[in-house]
Amino acid sequence: MRQKLVVIGNGMAGMRTVQELLAIASGLYDITVFGAEPHPHYNRILLSPVLAGERSLQDIVLSDWNWYREQGITLHAGRTVTQVDRARRIVRADDGTEAAYDRLLLATGSQPVLLPVPGAGLRGVLAHRDIADTEAMIEAARTHRHAVVIGGGVLGLEAASGLARRGMAVTVVHRNDWLMERQLDAEAATLLRETLETQQGLNFRLGAQTEALLDDGQGWVRAVRLTDGSELPADLVVMAIGIRPHIALAQQMRLHCERGIVVSDTLQTVTDGRIYAVGECAQHRGVAYGLVAPLFEQGRVAANHLAQMGIGRYEGSTVSAKLKVTGVELLSAGDFMGGEGTEQLLLRDPDSGVYRKLVLKDERLIGACLYGDAEGGGWYLDLLREGRSVAELREQLIFGEPVHG
Amino acid sequence: MSETKSTCPYCGVGCGVLIQTEGDRITGVRGDPSHPANFGRLCTKGSTLHLTASPAIAQQARLLAPALRPARGETPRPIGWNEALDLAADRFARVIAEDGPDAVGFYLSGQLLTEDYYVFNKLAKGLVGTNNLDTNSRLCMSSAVAGYKKTLGADAPPACYDDVKDAGCLFIAGSNTAWAHPIFFRRIEEAKRANPAMKIVVVDPRRTDTCEIADLHLALQPGSDVMLFHGLLHVMLHEGWTDTAFIDAHTQGFEALRETVRDCAPERVAEVCGLAVDDIVQAARLFATGGSGDAAQRAPTLSLYCMGLNQSSHGTDKNAALINLHLATGQIGQPGAGPFSLTGQPNAMGGREVGGLSNLLPAHRDMANADHRAEVAAFWGVPAIPATPGLSAIEMFRAAAEGQVRALWIACTNPAQSMPDQALVRRALERCEFVVLQEAFATTATAAFADLLLPATTWGEKDGTVTNSERRISRVRPAVAAPGEARHDWAIAADFGQRLQSRLALQALAPAVPALTAYDTPEQVWNEHRATTRGRDLDITGLSYVLLDELGPQQWPMPEGQAAGTARLYQDGVFATPDGRARFSPEPWRPLAEARDADWPYSLNTGRLRDQWHGMSRTGTLGRLFGHVAEPALQMAPQDMAREGLAAGDLVEVASRRGSAVLPVQPDATLAPAQTFLAMHWGEEFLGGRDAQGREMTGVNGLTTPTFCPTSKQPELKHAAVRIRRAALPWTLLGIAWLPADRALAVRQALREAARDLRFVSCVPFGDEGAGGGEGGVLLRAAADAPPPAALVDRIEALLGLGDGQALRYADPARGHRRAVRLQRDGELAHVRAVLLAGDTRAEGWLKTLIQDRLPAQDFGRRLLSYQATPPVAVVSRGKTVCNCFGVAEQDIAGHLAACDGSEAARLAGLQQALRCGTNCGSCVPELRRMVRETPVRLHRQAA
Repeated sequence: MRQKLVVIGNGMAGMRTVQELLAIASGLYDITVFGAEPHPHYNRILLSPVLAGERSLQDIVLSDWNWYREQGITLHAGRTVTQVDRARRIVRADDGTEAAYDRLLLATGSQPVLLPVPGAGLRGVLAHRDIADTEAMIEAARTHRHAVVIGGGVLGLEAASGLARRGMAVTVVHRNDWLMERQLDAEAATLLRETLETQQGLNFRLGAQTEALLDDGQGWVRAVRLTDGSELPADLVVMAIGIRPHIALAQQMRLHCERGIVVSDTLQTVTDGRIYAVGECAQHRGVAYGLVAPLFEQGRVAANHLAQMGIGRYEGSTVSAKLKVTGVELLSAGDFMGGEGTEQLLLRDPDSGVYRKLVLKDERLIGACLYGDAEGGGWYLDLLREGRSVAELREQLIFGEPVHG
Repeated sequence: MSETKSTCPYCGVGCGVLIQTEGDRITGVRGDPSHPANFGRLCTKGSTLHLTASPAIAQQARLLAPALRPARGETPRPIGWNEALDLAADRFARVIAEDGPDAVGFYLSGQLLTEDYYVFNKLAKGLVGTNNLDTNSRLCMSSAVAGYKKTLGADAPPACYDDVKDAGCLFIAGSNTAWAHPIFFRRIEEAKRANPAMKIVVVDPRRTDTCEIADLHLALQPGSDVMLFHGLLHVMLHEGWTDTAFIDAHTQGFEALRETVRDCAPERVAEVCGLAVDDIVQAARLFATGGSGDAAQRAPTLSLYCMGLNQSSHGTDKNAALINLHLATGQIGQPGAGPFSLTGQPNAMGGREVGGLSNLLPAHRDMANADHRAEVAAFWGVPAIPATPGLSAIEMFRAAAEGQVRALWIACTNPAQSMPDQALVRRALERCEFVVLQEAFATTATAAFADLLLPATTWGEKDGTVTNSERRISRVRPAVAAPGEARHDWAIAADFGQRLQSRLALQALAPAVPALTAYDTPEQVWNEHRATTRGRDLDITGLSYVLLDELGPQQWPMPEGQAAGTARLYQDGVFATPDGRARFSPEPWRPLAEARDADWPYSLNTGRLRDQWHGMSRTGTLGRLFGHVAEPALQMAPQDMAREGLAAGDLVEVASRRGSAVLPVQPDATLAPAQTFLAMHWGEEFLGGRDAQGREMTGVNGLTTPTFCPTSKQPELKHAAVRIRRAALPWTLLGIAWLPADRALAVRQALREAARDLRFVSCVPFGDEGAGGGEGGVLLRAAADAPPPAALVDRIEALLGLGDGQALRYADPARGHRRAVRLQRDGELAHVRAVLLAGDTRAEGWLKTLIQDRLPAQDFGRRLLSYQATPPVAVVSRGKTVCNCFGVAEQDIAGHLAACDGSEAARLAGLQQALRCGTNCGSCVPELRRMVRETPVRLHRQAA
């Protein structure tokens, strides 16, 4: 009799792991998948292009209903798992559906952080997380004029750009002095802001904090008030100040959690060897990733392990960020700010709106921030991962991979 | 447009110029066809004079108002003329009252007009009562003065330019005439063309462009001239080529000289001078026989000489030993013959005429002669001329450094650039309590040391007379009014003199006589000068401003009653000695002040570049004059460079016993082994930095020796023993930019200032002013042991126009490397406006060409920031500008010659016809000739 694998989370991390697993050990498990959203597996990363009108929802579905059938996967879409009995190894969803498991894969992803300000519960206040949010924004853009996006990170800027493309007047309120501070240094962020201002018509309030969301008297948001007292008209507010690993279920299961569910290099939870966690809900070596590349890498290792091949360890990812806004090219990876003991290489081409910073330590590349032209970024990511000496390449490094031949 | 006849302010040839003006602006210049010095020709420098008088340059480089420096090191503040001259008179009067008249000194210039000189001389020697008045002619002509006086009895060059066409032999010694006196050299070329039988001997340690026309080049060892000349006399005596009749009739002292030259046999001379015996014998034959080869049919020999003889610790002996040869062979006093000293400055001669040296009095009178002193005192109406000898240039600065001279008045010269042993000069300027600088340009090194700056007029504005090398007096006429508050030099001296006289009279320190320096016009001054010449060798009582207008320039003497000037002297064999006989000088050869040895193994020679003049306060304002030689470099024999492991452009530290300089080295095949050359122009205005001990380096004259000829007091600027080491300065910088013409010069100054604490700094202009560009280029080069503070490089970037965030840039701050390039887009095209390479300048070759030749750069993109020496897109340099008039570059010429055949003359003619190079001023013709000679004739294509 085949073993049972239950996957909680029909998102990118969970399904990537399942795909990897099927590729190397199809037939090893009976697989059951629970997904809270009433959709098949789709590419969450492409929600921004959907919002921007560059793609349709249909375009971003990765695996349609048929696929689950063909693979013999039992899919429970639109059902949220509320309980797991680790002793009996049974998973139960909100509608009472149960599934027993031999191995359990947690891929619950993350939740948007909502600003705890007065008015946060008003209608017209959204996050930018899932298809429902996206559809709500598209609808709001049809009927409303003023949008405020709180948070100038990747998601916030993608949301802002998408809303602007849909004709809204958009202001981005950002707490830091520069945009995307976790991915960009001040100089690249300034170039980005200038591009978004001139090409997308976005407005920015940097170094600004939201004090309250104001009611129009009918339970719909009317404006955003900042701590300096100024008010920004808003009939749509998108909160994109960050994400938090979705660990409520894991906590309830008494799995050891810190920021995320703590896993080992095999992606097994440290509490229960039958249970794995991948993606944004997992915390590996102290890091809970919020990007797509690490979860692919995690999925590969987890699948390998689930396939009982017993080899393959996940040792962490070198993360790199991109921004999916048309007309903006950027790539940021590693320790792009640099600090004590690091050295920097800089390239500026204001005519072409290009900025590059590479951070070196002990003659190894440890960080990169490319703005305006991220071509050849893959080479830098390779160098970052490989950690080999770039002493010989130093003078050429910032211009990209040397052309041989 | 109107034209004003005047004179060129550069070399001693004294060419006439016609200054073209529109309203109060100088718009053009051309040679004066009626002037007998040049008959309408001008050289590269003269023909660009009008460009140096542009409003943009005046605004950036001229001193336009009197200014007082509140304290040393601070910025001078403008003050009024009254206040300035009262202050100067107070300070001079106080020093004179406290320490006597010899506690003040005046240091003047061979570029002043005769009238300027005269007033200053009277002011010092008549009013103040000090003979401490000397001039930069001390660095230039005083050995020629002493040599003439010692042998012929008077400071009078006996020959004239026209003699060149009558000469059978031209004996050019210690003169790169082709570069230093280009218009006169055109005459030599013409004479040689007209008379191909004329023989030309060039005596010079270097194979200069002058040698291109020579039949024989004697590349003697530095400082061995007297031995060579004695050796020639030895050969002449041995061969019976001397003129015994002339010696007997017109000279004395030959026996002593015969004794001296007895042991100067050709073999010994060959050894000391580093020459071949045959060449020595051949030179003696040519000199003695006037090129005819036959003493019985002697043709005239004219010798031409300059700084190679003068700037020597035995300069008087060198001059006299050459004149000995003329006297021994009777080669003097006839057309085509005589010892002809070429003057370096436009009016060194005029200065000598009015007694403008510390040992002279007006009209070739001598300070040491009590009768002469009495005559002058009577003429000026003062009780006496002081008998105490005055201090010559080096002595005056030494006395200032030791605190004996407390107040210095410097006019129209730049001692902080041009005097040897700058460490001494700067000690003097720093210690001296009150330094007045009367100058046209605010940009000279000396200006930084002056307490009081007084703006003077310059070329195009001045009014007076000058005397050229052939004793010819020409009018200098103003074409435009003085800019700003500038005043004429004579007028400043006259005004100051009157204020000083009233102060001294109050303290009974000056005789109670009418104002000594009250003049209204330069003509009044000149007329007074003329009166002093009556009965003297240079008597000009027959001349006047009016006659100069009517007759044109005239050669002295022209005593009353004589209708025109005098072309040549001593035609009657009567010399200016008491007995009318010329004197032979029996002084033996003496070695250099500072011979090479194991510790100081190289000889450093200094001299002129073709397109620059002196400290470059004027020529240095024009980028186009840097086309021929773009940057300071030490020239070195290629085989020495190979031995030292040096490549072209490597930075070296040249050190003498007095100081050091850091600069690039360049191979120069015209130099013999162990000899090096550094152009005299490169002072701290263009070449600076700090030595390993942090002391400021001051360019070429930080190295040179102050040791001077005991007779002429002229220092040995032509030789210092030096050592040369690679300067290990791994951090290098190159900054190049095109800037608006009205800012380029000011930016160059600011760049030099910004970089002055680095170990090596060189900052020069480039460009093509007058070609309609309206822009000036500036090139900064620097180096250091380690990266300097980023703020310093930021400052340099900002000055180059790279600081506003619009430049393409690369930075590696940990290594102190950065590169920045600014492009200017023009439709599809883009040109490089500015470049900075800091830390690593390997890419300079192609980038420099790209910007300087204004090549299109739109295809380079970010590759403009490449560190690599090979260009990412092919770039071809045109090389240096050989022909300045038509902007013809080395590669243009090489390209043409590669496809030419025929004789050398035919190829030169073809080249000139095709590219026009060398067809205007002719300054580049010797170089063209060399290029023709060195380019192999095209091989005929083989039949297919």
